[in-house]
Amino acid sequence: MAELITYREAVAEGIAREMRRDPDVVCLGEDIGAAGGVFKTTVGLFDEFGAGRVWDTPISEQAIVGAAMGAAMTGMRPVAEIMFSDFLACCWDYLANEIPKVRYMTGGQVTVPLVVRTANGGGLGFGAQHSQSVENWALTVPGLKIVAPSTPADVVGLMASAIRSDDPVVFFEHKGLFASKGAPAPPDHVIPLGKAAVRRSGADVTVVALAATVPLALTAAEELARDGIDVEVIDLRCLIPLDMSTVLESVAKTSRLVVVEENPYQGGWGGTVVSVVAEEGFESLDAPIKRVAAANVPLPFADALEEKVIPTVDKLVAAVRTTVAY
Amino acid sequence: MRTLLDMYERMAVIRRTEKAAFDLFMAGLVKGTTHLASGHEAVAVGTAAALRPDDYVFATYRGHHHAMAMGASAEECLAELMSKATGVCRAKGGSMHLTKAANGMLGSYAIVGAHLPMAAGAAWSAKLRGTDQVAVAFFGDGATNIGAFHEALNLAAVWKLPVLFICENNFYMEYTPIGAVTAVPHPAADRAPAYSIPAVVIDGNDVTVVRDAVAQAVERARAGEGPTVIEAETYRHHGHSRTDPGAYRPKEEVERWLKHDPLDIARAHLEAQGITPDDVRRVDERAAAHVAAAVDAAKNAPDADPAEAFTDVWADGSATWRS
Ligand SMILES: Cc1ncc(C[n+]2csc(CCOP(=O)(O)OP(=O)(O)O)c2C)c(N)n1
Ligand SMILES: [Mg+2]
Repeated sequence: MAELITYREAVAEGIAREMRRDPDVVCLGEDIGAAGGVFKTTVGLFDEFGAGRVWDTPISEQAIVGAAMGAAMTGMRPVAEIMFSDFLACCWDYLANEIPKVRYMTGGQVTVPLVVRTANGGGLGFGAQHSQSVENWALTVPGLKIVAPSTPADVVGLMASAIRSDDPVVFFEHKGLFASKGAPAPPDHVIPLGKAAVRRSGADVTVVALAATVPLALTAAEELARDGIDVEVIDLRCLIPLDMSTVLESVAKTSRLVVVEENPYQGGWGGTVVSVVAEEGFESLDAPIKRVAAANVPLPFADALEEKVIPTVDKLVAAVRTTVAY
Repeated sequence: MRTLLDMYERMAVIRRTEKAAFDLFMAGLVKGTTHLASGHEAVAVGTAAALRPDDYVFATYRGHHHAMAMGASAEECLAELMSKATGVCRAKGGSMHLTKAANGMLGSYAIVGAHLPMAAGAAWSAKLRGTDQVAVAFFGDGATNIGAFHEALNLAAVWKLPVLFICENNFYMEYTPIGAVTAVPHPAADRAPAYSIPAVVIDGNDVTVVRDAVAQAVERARAGEGPTVIEAETYRHHGHSRTDPGAYRPKEEVERWLKHDPLDIARAHLEAQGITPDDVRRVDERAAAHVAAAVDAAKNAPDADPAEAFTDVWADGSATWRS
């Protein structure tokens, strides 16, 4: 087996592969050039591609994403970095009103093939303004594709699809996964957007997860397996397009569903998943659906408090047990 | 638009189209809102005359004149306002979002200031692709107080982007005089020095002045010398939107500006060039007939197909969000 690579290395690798094959791919963001990004997710790009394709920007989130949009409308494929996903709020106009709507409101006259990459999620003790999982923000806006990979190989394969997509993509990289390791992506690895992965197949209960809740769900599944509970773990990989076929098929088999999501319960993406299951998979269900999500409070700083708020293996194990015992 | 007479005719068509839009709105045939640009024609037309067909323009919700200056027809614009299938955005945009991408007119944006970074981005794209295209952002005086304006100017300056920031200073945001809410007398031009960007304040109602100022800025941009801010002083003949009578504007001020009408000024220039009043009258008549025909055609066009609600969210034409 080839050497393992980290999730963080996979980000740079995924971008580099696309920059090699398509000269229209350019990167912009704060400190992404010679510095390699505050999370070191763009290390090597500046050396390989130079200042002409890897652009350091001022701290101007609106200018970063707005300029990416203008460039995307005129023939480029920009990859914009927003350092922490919390900062998407500073350029939210572009994600809420401009990028997802311009194709539609012009009657299809323009396309916006760009990627906004951003470090998302908690568990690292960064406090309330640097720890949020905000994938649900993007999910509130029709017109954005949303990717949130859980493994290094998926980072590369989904980055390829995101950059090649003629639609705008918000690409959430999970901060808690940056140091995690996995098999490197094979050459030309491309994972289509909107295809979930069944990470563990099981007969008793379906657990739907995304990004950092995927390894969490797999750990919980191992623990539950010791008690004879056979968990199927689905990694959605994308929120839009949303692979409901895979979820509905799984629920048809297991008759039980638990969703584990890091964004808050209020307005979290699990609400969309379970509403489709309630509408279209109701008859498959033998137990009420459960959602394990972040609590509806800002994220606290101290580990002991943060753990109370975000999903943990213990919380998921408890939720699955309740569902199975119903 | 090579000649002054061409520019005059384009302005005359825009003026009459705006009048038609107002009448159609009053007749209940245009829903939602309109932000008419009567009085602002020279800024759009003078700029368009100084651009190349492959340049880019980004405009605001007050953008009928920009779309038409860039070659959108009166008919497709009016059809858009009237929710017709033949509308320039297939009735999915409406008055505030007129777009003619085939001509480089990349949209009208209704979140104040949002399109300035986009124009910087289009200029960045030209630079990346090694072309000498330029991008233009038109915006109001009110837009100079929003963050995106400042972020865009700074980025354009540090990256030396071939972009023109053209402020249509009509002295009011919606109902508030710009001077009451702005720390400097010239809302755009006085900010430019903070970003080391050259700026000029010009008579935005004189189409030749606009064309010449824009041509100079375009030359700078194409030569790789970076952005320019142009503050074009102008005035709207209508209220801010819909049926706003503009009662907050002093009467003498309105009268003064109505006497400084872009069409009158162009007519005086034409006369000085030896174009006879008869020649001008023929152009006026042609413009009137053109717009009357456009109104008829737009009225008689088929309504938008409701199925269009579910097209063109994505680049493949679909609106599919799940499997
Ligand atoms: C971000 C934002 N804030 C407020 C508004 C509401 N609004 C629409 S037009 C306008 C006035 C803009 O004034 P100016 O930029 O001078 O343009 P003008 O309408 O005079 O052409 C306002 C406040 C908006 N559309 N977007
Ligand atoms: Mg104004």
